[in-house]
Amino acid sequence: MSTDRRTLLKGLCAAATCTVAGVSAVEAREKKVAPADAVGLLYDATKCIGCKACVAKCKEVNKLQADVDGYGDGLYDAPEGLNEYTKNVIQLAKYNGETSYVKKQCMHCVDPACTSACMMGALHKGKFGIVEWEANKCIGCRYCQVACPFGVPKFQWSKLSPRLVKCELCKDRLAEGKLPGCVEACPRQAVIYGKREELLQEAHRRIATKPDLYVNKVYGEKELGGTQVLYISHVPFENLGFRFQQEEAVPNLQQTVQHGIYKGFAAPLALYGILGAVMFRNRKKGDANDDVR
Amino acid sequence: MLVFLAAVAVALIAWRFTVGLGRSTALSDGYPWGIWIAFDVVTGTAFACGGYAMAFLVYIFNKGKYHPLVRPAVLTSALGYSIAGLSVMIDVGRPWAAWRLAKVWTWNLNSVLLEVAVCIMAYTVVLWIELAPAFLAKFKTTGPAKVQSFARATLPFLEKALIWIIALGMLLPTMHQSSLGALMLLAGPRLHGLWNTAWLPLFNLVTCVAMGFAIVVAESAFSSVAFGRKPEFGLLKPIGRVAAWLTLAFVVFRFADLAFKGRVGLFGTFDLYGIMFWIEAALFVLASFMLLRRKQSLGSLLRGAMLVAIAGGLYRFDTFLVAFQPERGWHYFPSVTEQLITLGLVAGELAVYGAVVKYFPILSGTEGERA
Repeated sequence: MSTDRRTLLKGLCAAATCTVAGVSAVEAREKKVAPADAVGLLYDATKCIGCKACVAKCKEVNKLQADVDGYGDGLYDAPEGLNEYTKNVIQLAKYNGETSYVKKQCMHCVDPACTSACMMGALHKGKFGIVEWEANKCIGCRYCQVACPFGVPKFQWSKLSPRLVKCELCKDRLAEGKLPGCVEACPRQAVIYGKREELLQEAHRRIATKPDLYVNKVYGEKELGGTQVLYISHVPFENLGFRFQQEEAVPNLQQTVQHGIYKGFAAPLALYGILGAVMFRNRKKGDANDDVR
Repeated sequence: MLVFLAAVAVALIAWRFTVGLGRSTALSDGYPWGIWIAFDVVTGTAFACGGYAMAFLVYIFNKGKYHPLVRPAVLTSALGYSIAGLSVMIDVGRPWAAWRLAKVWTWNLNSVLLEVAVCIMAYTVVLWIELAPAFLAKFKTTGPAKVQSFARATLPFLEKALIWIIALGMLLPTMHQSSLGALMLLAGPRLHGLWNTAWLPLFNLVTCVAMGFAIVVAESAFSSVAFGRKPEFGLLKPIGRVAAWLTLAFVVFRFADLAFKGRVGLFGTFDLYGIMFWIEAALFVLASFMLLRRKQSLGSLLRGAMLVAIAGGLYRFDTFLVAFQPERGWHYFPSVTEQLITLGLVAGELAVYGAVVKYFPILSGTEGERA
């Protein structure tokens, strides 16, 4: 066996040992639960008539520019989806000849991928568990956009000082004792505001009273670790554009792996010590084993 | 030519900061990361792992005979990492806020990107310190008197401390090259099953070492041609073999992992993902067989090494761009500006490499070569 192959094998074995040691040290990450004061929205797709009053109100209270790109001769504010001008949108979903409207905005996850991604916590869970964005801590790296399973955070691509655009549940209005804009505007109470716990109860109550109408599931109760915006619907949630039905929170795998490896920063320190020590020994030994030099 | 391409890139960078990212790039809310991240940063720093890989070989496995290859490798690494850092500053939307990374107490310790960013910055500094003896050796005898005396005073001190700097130079890439893989774990269910695995950190680490060795081989072969030097053939062949074995180990482990996860069904899907997966696997295997052949010429060695680099690069492109599945309706193909800036930065890197090698003792056989 050549020296190089032996050397390499030794190295691989060492690396494998370290990895196995690291991985076996990994403990399952604790499941995050919604904070006690968590608030949220409950959207009932059976009640929504698609009037988009919520879209208009959202633009008004958040002082967002009209999105005239999509439709008409630049006359209508008609966003097709969430974008850098739109924090809240109503879309039309088709299913088996039936149609349904669906409202899209930030889901305010219980265990958000975006806040886990964000380098300096520009995105973070604030009061009431609302996922907030703080401009001065944002570098504009857009890792949150890579991370968000709902494709919610939007970036002002046209601006030289771009900001992140996403629903913050009208936190400033809440502080003034007002309702979120979309909730206040809705003529049918298709979207209501309240404590997450109470909204969950209300959702289950509605499903129980009309089991024939509703799909027997509250989307957001458990999906992707749970969200503070909840949905009930007469159409399967996949058809409303909710791609993921699994219950595991998105950051789970990454956080388990990384925090396992870096627990207490012990492994890197140990590796540093070993590397230094080996080199020190090698230097002392000189290059006796080396023929050339 | 290289300088011209670099100049074009500089002009386009100025343009990017005048009109914003929206008009200068093909990036979108669906594909927020493009080639500046997938190539310049993720692939570029893996190409720049030569310094890291060689340090292990020479200082940990005590193979002093490879020492002549260390300095050119470290130079390539230092340039590659500097380019990556520059690319990030062009890519981010609010670069002026980056100074806040210095406020350690505001760090989000859950952010893998933070670890990558801090680690890469630190390693870039480490690389230039590792390279400093080459510059100081030159300035010991040339330049203004003050510079000369500074060089004479610093050099012995630096040589003593270098062991701990080099140790840091092995620790930091181990950390951030693995974490670069971990980055895409957060895309979670939006990353295709053939790439999404908890082993992403290890896979990235193993392939980056293989790519580092491959680039050392390629660079040495090119240098020998470009500067009319005798190729260090006896040294390059075993390094190529190390790269080959690492590559093979990665491929085997990857297939085993997918089989273990019960995703064998995905092998047979004849869609973009299945095809890309098999192209990757074929390139990796082909590259290692080329490097493991007993009879080698400089040309065949070079081809094998380039293939390892390309395969590793493709694996990274796939992980960051192809396997990433945003909502329907989003597309990404790099804009001309993105491509030309990337091309220009690489050209600039090569030009600087040529200049540094010419004026400072980097390549073996030149004066003051021993660190």
